[in-house]
Amino acid sequence: MAGTRARSRAKGAPHPAGPAASPEQCREYLRQMRLIRYFEEKAGEAYSLGKVGGFCHLYIGQEAVAVGSMAALRADDYITTSYRDHGHALARGLSARSVMAELYGKAAGCSRGKGGSMHLFDASLGFLGGHGIVGGHIPLTAGMAFAAKYRKTDQVAVCYFGEAAVNIGSFHETLNMAALWKLPAIFVVENNGYGMGTALARASSLLDLAHRAYSYEMAEEVVDGQDVFAVRSAMDRAVERARVESLPTLLEMRTYRYVGHSMSDAAHGTYRTKDEVEEFRQRDPIKLLEAHMLEAGMMDEAGLKAVDEMITAEVEDAIVFAEESPDPAPGELWTDVLAGGQ
Amino acid sequence: MALLTYRDALNAALREEMGLDDRVFLMGEEVAEYDGAYKVSRGLLKEFGPHRVVDTPIAELGFAGIGVGAAMVGLRPVIEFMTWNFALLAIDQVVNSAAKMRYMSGGQVGCPIVFRGPGGAALQLAAQHSQSFESWYAHIPGLKVLTPGTPADAKGLLKSAIRDDDPVVFIEGEMLYNVKGEVPEGEHLVPIGKADIKRAGGDVTLVCHSKTVTVALKAADQLAAEGIDAEVVDLRTIRPMDTETVLNSVGKTHRCVVVEEGWAFAGVGAQVVDEIQRHAFDELDAPVLRVTGADVPMPYNKQLERAAKADPAKVVAAAKRVLYLA
Repeated sequence: MAGTRARSRAKGAPHPAGPAASPEQCREYLRQMRLIRYFEEKAGEAYSLGKVGGFCHLYIGQEAVAVGSMAALRADDYITTSYRDHGHALARGLSARSVMAELYGKAAGCSRGKGGSMHLFDASLGFLGGHGIVGGHIPLTAGMAFAAKYRKTDQVAVCYFGEAAVNIGSFHETLNMAALWKLPAIFVVENNGYGMGTALARASSLLDLAHRAYSYEMAEEVVDGQDVFAVRSAMDRAVERARVESLPTLLEMRTYRYVGHSMSDAAHGTYRTKDEVEEFRQRDPIKLLEAHMLEAGMMDEAGLKAVDEMITAEVEDAIVFAEESPDPAPGELWTDVLAGGQ
Repeated sequence: MALLTYRDALNAALREEMGLDDRVFLMGEEVAEYDGAYKVSRGLLKEFGPHRVVDTPIAELGFAGIGVGAAMVGLRPVIEFMTWNFALLAIDQVVNSAAKMRYMSGGQVGCPIVFRGPGGAALQLAAQHSQSFESWYAHIPGLKVLTPGTPADAKGLLKSAIRDDDPVVFIEGEMLYNVKGEVPEGEHLVPIGKADIKRAGGDVTLVCHSKTVTVALKAADQLAAEGIDAEVVDLRTIRPMDTETVLNSVGKTHRCVVVEEGWAFAGVGAQVVDEIQRHAFDELDAPVLRVTGADVPMPYNKQLERAAKADPAKVVAAAKRVLYLA
């Protein structure tokens, strides 16, 4: 497995260019990343206005991870995420309407208003949940990979979680069994540097988190999570390993969130400085992709503007849809507890 | 009818259901090569292979979650906990994942899984190995909780649990594995959510479940010797609870004692008493009494352990009190 071990890089260091992506593929990456960015900005606004309740964890800054990795998957693969799940849902193809309506708690939401921001589901897309307990969904994903292997399909199961989850027992128990049983699972650590307000160096004795895979003889890779091409190519390798060889991979995506842990957390000022946030904004995944596309002649300024207009209209429409959608009927309180009703 | 031990009745249920449905698999510590810590899975590895009878590392949280994930995408896992004491390490997956999945996905993703293993006290296993957790799980909407007290119910309820589309917590009596009883031949299913009158009587109702079915029946024999005719109601399922059968019995006897192995505080009996006082207040000729485990961690010493457990003598004494005979 040593051949699969990439050398770790300092956060923010440039990554060698990934494989060339077609103009159409680049345009799709850009559309999805811009959609997620604008969706999250508007979700944050809606939260501030009291339209969205509960907890609300935004994905701004990490868009290349969900978009680049999901592009490597097949329609029948399984996906789970932590509670910072809006971006993953959109990248998997849930409509902005169904996600925004869920944030608003409406009946037309993807979880019919019963899950909210942290529990987005669309079983028809293999999108099996945002999960609210740190690390709780890691074994679930291995179970889906177990099911794929049990049925002898070549589906893979992908689990997204923040770097703080690598310190919890379920991560270690699951990685051991995934490697022991050769499950087609991909564990994607989105290392944004902070578990809530706790910096990685204050929580983990090991800073190169991908190296945790060594304990389980599992393949691993450190990836520049701000570079959508690098994310895609690393994910391609992991998907191939899972689908063809039925082996798991731990991918450490080095990324950064520009906003607070949740809406009640300021972007900077307590556990990190404004300068640090600004520094990371210099390697914004969307700006990097746009620069690449302009430089390669794939798109001009007018083209970028057209993408912006398209996603703006989509998000504005989603907000109107969410605003105007009805709440779940009162009787919905009692449904879906058990298979045959309460 | 065949005379089977509780253990072999469970084994038969697993064998039959695995034979009927390829989606059913058994996973847990020592279930395969060791043939089960309590031999409930004896012979299953040989019959079904390591693909469907899966030994795990000692990692309750991890393999419980793997079972939940497999159930979410359509398999029917049976997850064995060596005992329910160790399942505390996995309770996050039972409560936060299995029980919640259908609701928080708006009905899209169910979780047809059985978590099973022995519960309750055995003999001198001391504080960490002598506990009854059915009231913990029964507290949770989204779970079903089954506690068979006889071999026939063990087989019939386990088969129903495996076929059920919801997560089931199946707590076996550790002291019951060697108990023999008549088990109907062929397809034998016991419906979830139905209590059973184990002995009919008109003077006092004894409500029980799991191992205390044996305790209550022995108490009923002793009471009969004194001319008192007790009715023994075995809940079998804790959630959803068959309150109708309990209330019908109380409507007949007007006196009731609820017996359980677990601790009294917020225990199963507290729920039974609540149902009775709300729905059958005018039927009662005496306050409902409870016989429970003593409100202490289980001691090791044999005499102290005996004192801590619900037993027939305590049930007889309580029955006489509700009859105002003591």
